[in-house]
Amino acid sequence: MNEPIRRLSVVTLLLFLTLMVAASWVQFAKAGELGEDPRNVRTLYRQFGSFRGPIIVDGQAVVRSVPVDDPFNYQRTYTDGPLYAPVTGYYSIGPGRSGLESTQNALLDGSADALFWTRLGELFAGQEQEGASVELTIKADVQRAAYDAMAGKRGAVVAIDPRTGAILAMVSTPSYDPTTLAVHSSSEANRIYSSLVADQTDPLINRAIGGDTYPPGSTFKLIIAAAALDSGYTPDTLIYAPQELELPGTTATISNYGGTRCGPTDNISLAEALRVSCNTAFADLAMRLGWGVIERTAAKFGWGQSLEIPLVVTPSRLPDSPNEPQIAQSAIGQFDVRATPLQMAMVASAIANDGQLMKPYLVSTVRSPDLRVIEHTSPETLSSSLSRDTAGALNAMMQGVVAEGTGSNARISGVAVAGKTGTAETGTDAAPHTWFVAFAPADDPVVAVAVLVENGGDLGNEATGGRVSAPIARAVIQAAIDSAAGGS
Amino acid sequence: MATVLEVSVRVGRRSEAVLLAIACAIAIAARAFVDANAGPGIDGSLAAYAMAVVAIATAAHVVIRLKAPDADPVLLPAILALNGLGLAMIHRIDLAYLDRGRETHFAQAQMMWAVIGIVAALIVVAVLPDHRLLRRYTYTAGALGLIGLLLPLAPGIGLEVNGARIWVSLFGRSLQPGEFAKIAFVIFFAGYLVSHRDTLALAGPKVLGIRLPRPRDLGPILVVWAAALLVQVAERDLGASLLFFGLFVAMLYIATQRISWVIVGMGLFAVGAVIAGTLFSHVGARYDAWLNALDFTVYDSGRSYQLVQGLFGMASGGLFGTGLGEGSPALVPYAESDFIMASLGEELGLTGFMAILALYLVVVQRALRAAIGVRDGFGKLVAAGLGFAMALQLFVVVGGVTRVIPLTGLTTPFLAYGGSSMIANWLAIALLLRISDLARAGAADSARAAQVAA
Repeated sequence: MNEPIRRLSVVTLLLFLTLMVAASWVQFAKAGELGEDPRNVRTLYRQFGSFRGPIIVDGQAVVRSVPVDDPFNYQRTYTDGPLYAPVTGYYSIGPGRSGLESTQNALLDGSADALFWTRLGELFAGQEQEGASVELTIKADVQRAAYDAMAGKRGAVVAIDPRTGAILAMVSTPSYDPTTLAVHSSSEANRIYSSLVADQTDPLINRAIGGDTYPPGSTFKLIIAAAALDSGYTPDTLIYAPQELELPGTTATISNYGGTRCGPTDNISLAEALRVSCNTAFADLAMRLGWGVIERTAAKFGWGQSLEIPLVVTPSRLPDSPNEPQIAQSAIGQFDVRATPLQMAMVASAIANDGQLMKPYLVSTVRSPDLRVIEHTSPETLSSSLSRDTAGALNAMMQGVVAEGTGSNARISGVAVAGKTGTAETGTDAAPHTWFVAFAPADDPVVAVAVLVENGGDLGNEATGGRVSAPIARAVIQAAIDSAAGGS
Repeated sequence: MATVLEVSVRVGRRSEAVLLAIACAIAIAARAFVDANAGPGIDGSLAAYAMAVVAIATAAHVVIRLKAPDADPVLLPAILALNGLGLAMIHRIDLAYLDRGRETHFAQAQMMWAVIGIVAALIVVAVLPDHRLLRRYTYTAGALGLIGLLLPLAPGIGLEVNGARIWVSLFGRSLQPGEFAKIAFVIFFAGYLVSHRDTLALAGPKVLGIRLPRPRDLGPILVVWAAALLVQVAERDLGASLLFFGLFVAMLYIATQRISWVIVGMGLFAVGAVIAGTLFSHVGARYDAWLNALDFTVYDSGRSYQLVQGLFGMASGGLFGTGLGEGSPALVPYAESDFIMASLGEELGLTGFMAILALYLVVVQRALRAAIGVRDGFGKLVAAGLGFAMALQLFVVVGGVTRVIPLTGLTTPFLAYGGSSMIANWLAIALLLRISDLARAGAADSARAAQVAA
C-alpha cells in the first residue's frame, strides 16, 4: 500500500500548492485592485486612521486629530471651523478633501518625501506614522475681526503683510463648519456635502481666491493711476473730467456716481480725480494712455498670473483687445475686468511696500512630528510693480481718499490710512458689489487689505464701497496694527 | 586498542524538546504582540499565559517520552505552534470586538478547549498501547460516524448556523458532531477496506482503456456517495460532503491501488454536485455567491459579503501583513472561526499565511510518512486517512476563503474557534502519535540492537 500513499502525498502537495498560489493571487497579484475597491473600508481606515498633523494658527492648533474609540482611531476636529474653513478646507471620508487639507496632504499625513527620515525612524522605533504640523501666517485676531465684521454679509476679506506677503487674514462668508464633514460615516458626510453644494449662497467657495471673480469697480482706478504716473503724469497733472463722457463711435456715455461733476471745472488734478473717484476722468485718461500700458501695469500687479499660496488662486482677468469704449468701461473696473479679493489686496500691498509686490503665502513653517523644521517660507518678491516714486505718489493720493474723499469711513484716529473705494455694477438689477482696498499706517505699512461685499450687503442699491466695505477694512486694519504692536 | 563504535539512535525526543521550545516561543510572542498592539499592553496575564503554555508543552513532552518514546518528534511542536497562533488571533479578535462594543471571551474558551483536547490526546496515547485494538470497533465506529454525520438533521437538536445545518445542541452546548464523525469514519473505512480490499481490487470490464471495478463491488461507494449528497443537500454544506467522499475515495485507492476508483469517485461527485446545484436553489445560490462574489448585486444581496470582506482583509495584509493587532480583521463576520485564516492573512501577510500552510503541510506529510512506516494495513489506512483528511479539510476551508472553491462551513483545524473541532483534531493527533511510535519503533529497535552488538 506504500506506492498509493506516496502518490497521495504528491496529491496533498498539489492541494497545498493550489492554496499557496491562491493566497499569492489574493494578497499580492490582486491586492492593489482589491485595495481600491470602493467597498473596502480598510483603505479608508488606513488613510484616515493615522495621526494627521495639526494646522496651527498663532501657536494654537485650529485643526487637529483627536484620538477616538472607533475603527478610524482619530477624529479630525476643527476649532472655530467656519472662521478658518476657507483656508483649512475639509478632510472627509465622503467628499474627500479641500483647502490646505488637500494641498498640504502629503505633509499632514506624513507621506511627503521631506518626511522620509522621520518615517524611517518611526519604522525602526515601531511607532505609527505621524504627520507634520503646518503653521500658518494667519493672525487669529485679524482673522476674527474680519470674520465678525463680515457677519451677515456675503463676500471676502484678505489682509496681507505688505513687507513679506504673509497672509494675515483670509475670510470668505458665508462659511461652513468642516467638522460636520469630518463625520465618520461616508453616507452622512456625503449628505451634508450635497446640502452645502446645493446651498444658493455657495458656502464651500473661497470667495477670496476663487469662485466667480468680481468686477473691481473703481478700485481698478489705482491701476490706471499707476499707469499714468509711470507714463510721466504727476498727481498734480490736470486731466479732463467732464460731467458726462461721450464714448467714441457709440451713443453711450459714462457719468459719475449720482451724475455729479467731479470739480468746479472740466479739468481736475489726477490726485483729485482719485480722491473723488471720478469716472469720466479715468475713462478719458485710460483712452489717452492706450490699452497696452494698462495691460502691462496690471500684469505687474499679478493680473493673468496663476498663484499657489499654496491654495490655487484663480487668475484675475482683463479684456482681450478692447475697443475705445471698452477701454473706457474697463478703466472704472467694469466691462470684462475681473479680480479676486486677493488680487486687490496685492495691489494695495505693492503700493504700500514701495512698489515691491511680495508673493502672498499662507504657510510659514512645517514641522516634523519631532518638531524639526522641514519647510520654512521665506518672503519672496513676485515683481516690481511700481517705481518707488510712483508708489510714494499713489500712497499720498490714497491717503487723500481716506482723509477727505470717498473712503472717509476707514479713518482711524492717530493712524494714516491709505485706501480706495469701489462700487461695481453687476450688470443686472442686483445691488452693486462694494470694495475697499487699503493699507496702514501709510508711512510704515504693516497691513494691506481688500474687502469685497457682494451686492452691497444690507444696504442694497444705496451701497457704496465707502459705506459698506470701508468700515470693515477699518476693523481689520485696527486689529492688524494691534496685533503687530503686540507681536513685536 | 579498543575501538568504540557509536551508533546514535535518533528517536528524536531531544529534537522534539527543542522544537517545542520554539513552538512555545511562537505562541507566547504572538500573544505578546497582540497585547502590545491591540490590548492594554503587556501585563501579568501574559506571564500567566506563558507559564500555562510551557506547562502544557512540558506535560505533553513527558507523557510522550514515557508512553510513546519513538513517536514522530515534529507532529506535536507543529500542532502546538498552530494552536498558539490560533489562540493569539482569537484573543486579538476578542479585543477587536471589544473595540466595537461587543464583549466576547472566545480566547478564554478556546484555551479551555485546547487544554481539554491535549489532555484527551495524552490520555489516548497513555491508555491505547496499540492502534490495532481499534480495528475491533470497525462497525461501531461506522455507526457512530453515521450518527454524527446525520445528527444535525434530527429535529429538535439540529441547529442551522450561518446557512449550514452542521450543528447540534446538547445540554445547552452546541457541538459540531461532523468533526468527531471524521475520525470515526477513518477508523471504519480503514477496518472495512483492510478486510475487503482484495475483493474491491478485482478487475471488472474495460471501458475506454480503463479497467473499471466490477459492478457488484460498486455498492459501498454508491452508499457513501448517496450519504455525501444527502449531507450537501440537507445540511447545506458542500464542505463536509466533499471531505467525507474524498476521504473514502482516497482510502479506497490506497487499499486497492486501483486508480479507476478515483475516476469513478470523481465522476460520481461531479454528477452529484451538478444535480444538487441545479435542483436545489440554496446550493445553486452558494455557487453563484462564489463565482460572482465581487459582482455588486451579489455583494449587495449579502450573499458574498463575508467572502469579499475576507478577501479585502487578506489583500490589505499584502506581503508582510499589518502586524498582529494592527489590522481590522473584525470587519469580517466570523473572523474568529470560519475566517480565521483571512484574519491571519491580514495581520501576518502572505508570508505568515504561507508559513501556516507550511506547518500544516509538515503535519500532513508526517502523517503520510507514519502510514508508510507502519507495518499493518489497518494502521497504514488510518494514518494516511487522517493525514489526507487534514489536507483535504484545509483545502476546502482555505480554498473557500481564498475563493478557489465555494465557501463551506468546515473549520480550520487547531486555529479556528470551536471546541468540537479542537478536541476531535487533538484525538486525531493522538492516533497519529501512536501509529508513528509503532512505525518508528522497529527502526529504533534495530538501531539499538546494532549498538549493543557493536
